[in-house]
Amino acid sequence: MPKTLAEKVYDAHVVRSAEGEPDLLYIDLHLVHEVTSPQAFDGLRAAGRTVRRPDLTMATEDHNVPTLDVLAPIADPVSRAQVEALRANAAEFGIRLAPMGDRDQGIVHVIGPQLGLTQPGMTIVCGDSHTSTHGAFGALAFGIGTSEVEHVLATQTLPQYRPKQMAVTVEGRLPEGVSAKDVILAVIARIGTNGAAGHVIEYRGSAIEALSMEARMTICNMSIEAGARAGLIAPDQTTFDFLQGRPHAPQGADWDAAVAHWRTLRTDEGAVFDTEVVLDAAELTPFVTWGTNPGQGLPIGGSVPDPAAMTDENERRAAEQALAYMGLTPGTPLREIEVDTVFLGSCTNGRIEDLRTAAELLRGRRIDAHTRMLVVPGSVGVKLQAEAEGLDRVFTEAGAEWRGAGCSMCLGMNPDQLQPGERSASTSNRNFQGRQGKGGRTHLVSPSVAAATALTGRLTAPADLQSADLTSAGA
Amino acid sequence: MQPFTTHTGTAAPLRRSAVDTDQIIPAEYLKRITRTGFEDGLFVAWRRNEPDFVLNQPQYAGASILVAGPDFGTGSSREHACWALLDGGFRVVISSRFADIFKNNSTKSGLLTVVLPQADVEALWAAVEADPATAVTVDLQARQVSYGEVTVPFEVDEYTRWRLLEGLDDVGLTERHLAEVEDYESRRPAWLPKALPALPA
Repeated sequence: MPKTLAEKVYDAHVVRSAEGEPDLLYIDLHLVHEVTSPQAFDGLRAAGRTVRRPDLTMATEDHNVPTLDVLAPIADPVSRAQVEALRANAAEFGIRLAPMGDRDQGIVHVIGPQLGLTQPGMTIVCGDSHTSTHGAFGALAFGIGTSEVEHVLATQTLPQYRPKQMAVTVEGRLPEGVSAKDVILAVIARIGTNGAAGHVIEYRGSAIEALSMEARMTICNMSIEAGARAGLIAPDQTTFDFLQGRPHAPQGADWDAAVAHWRTLRTDEGAVFDTEVVLDAAELTPFVTWGTNPGQGLPIGGSVPDPAAMTDENERRAAEQALAYMGLTPGTPLREIEVDTVFLGSCTNGRIEDLRTAAELLRGRRIDAHTRMLVVPGSVGVKLQAEAEGLDRVFTEAGAEWRGAGCSMCLGMNPDQLQPGERSASTSNRNFQGRQGKGGRTHLVSPSVAAATALTGRLTAPADLQSADLTSAGA
Repeated sequence: MQPFTTHTGTAAPLRRSAVDTDQIIPAEYLKRITRTGFEDGLFVAWRRNEPDFVLNQPQYAGASILVAGPDFGTGSSREHACWALLDGGFRVVISSRFADIFKNNSTKSGLLTVVLPQADVEALWAAVEADPATAVTVDLQARQVSYGEVTVPFEVDEYTRWRLLEGLDDVGLTERHLAEVEDYESRRPAWLPKALPALPA
């Protein structure tokens, strides 16, 4: 029977299948961070269990880490205790850890691909919903809770139910200035914040095939914002070229064997998807969110919607609550919304290509005098590469702050937070109430919209800059 | 995990859709390394900032069943959201649709998530708003929610129901099948990556 890519990967990992029970799936890679793991390690200790496969487990510190003075002890004692708990657990159970200060440290979903640990056809889990990022390589990768973290640590397996299959097909060419972030925000606006519940999404079509690995990661990363269990993209030459030569990629004859297998990881002709969504790439424009969930977004040329015009009662009530929180008035053009802070970073848009895109727009210009911009590389590796390319100087000369690597203002578990009422344009993944700081107001945007917005101080598409009267640095 | 068989209590009507896990418990409360005491973070922003928020109303203070709008629990994978609800005195959440990871986490932590059609959720909202003291019974054995003269059936898969009724821990169940795990491991391709530090090429 023809199978989808996700079904092939799933079936290849079934350890045990029995009528009336969930399947037992083998997990090829378990990524661990400090926030969702301490209670899982406590559970192992309480039951006298060990980590079954420390060699398939890797830990890093990302959520709590400050992005200033990264080599100093963490000032917040609660954050520090959590990071220290991870260090103690990694040492006790023999798990590799990339701690603050290590060249492999970074956001867990940035370092897996960077090290070549993320490969096509694997099953990958982490106690973090953005694990879907790794699906960009054709892996089946999904977020789990702490009880499941404990289960994987103890058994290297997870009980799972077979997910439904959704195809999101994007054909055609993306217009200039329209990026992967705009594609995924448009998808989520179309199907809703939980519209893909119970499904794995396969992104396909010529517009997806033309994307770089970084851009594919941005798309798969936000699968969870549409409620999907996971999102993935069939591996191809772009995938293989990205992986070849990375520290954990196969070498020599192993590489050839791996690539031969990876080439089979495609959805078969005639495979059936439970749900299909089709987008025309040529019709997409830069997308921004106006509300408090990632599905509440519009093309940047639009205006703040009027809840009174919404027919669905739940949708209307949600929009009213969102606008009250966001301090927005129906009918306001999105381009007139002024922001205080621009955040460039996160597991969604904190990779080298994202920084290059933003830097290109900022080069030789100054950001708006009333706007602050934080640039937070997704990993130490990304930071070092950006510095080798001189991007850090582009950002600082434009007036932005160049920080250390971590999750940072995506969720404000470290000191990088919005103040109450402060408004941001953020390349992260969630515009939930209070996500970036108590009372903070978030508009999700792409890296190029973030950079353009930093220059003008209000939501701006990169194409607007060519016509705008902008003052160059030193002019 | 504490077994769940049947529960009777009062219910709080949460008339909001797409309640995300950042609202259930914000990230700053996730820094703790213990597994208990998360009730102080439960819906903390709404409790602090909105005097009319349902859990600020004295008539719903002792509720143990939360009746929420569609798409409850979207967002993060934090199981702390389930722990905060349990620590805050809730044993059951009813909604017409849950986010997958939240629902999955709830079955691991002993919080019962019950899916009812939106029309039944609306009826239950109306009933508990008319009389907050309405006793609501959620019977996992019989797979039904009942209050007053109303009884509504709900679906739950047999395996999950059995685990919840018995309060069984998944790790223990999987350990019965370790021979099959070992057999699978013996067949994995050798080129699959190991996370241990890579040697220089």
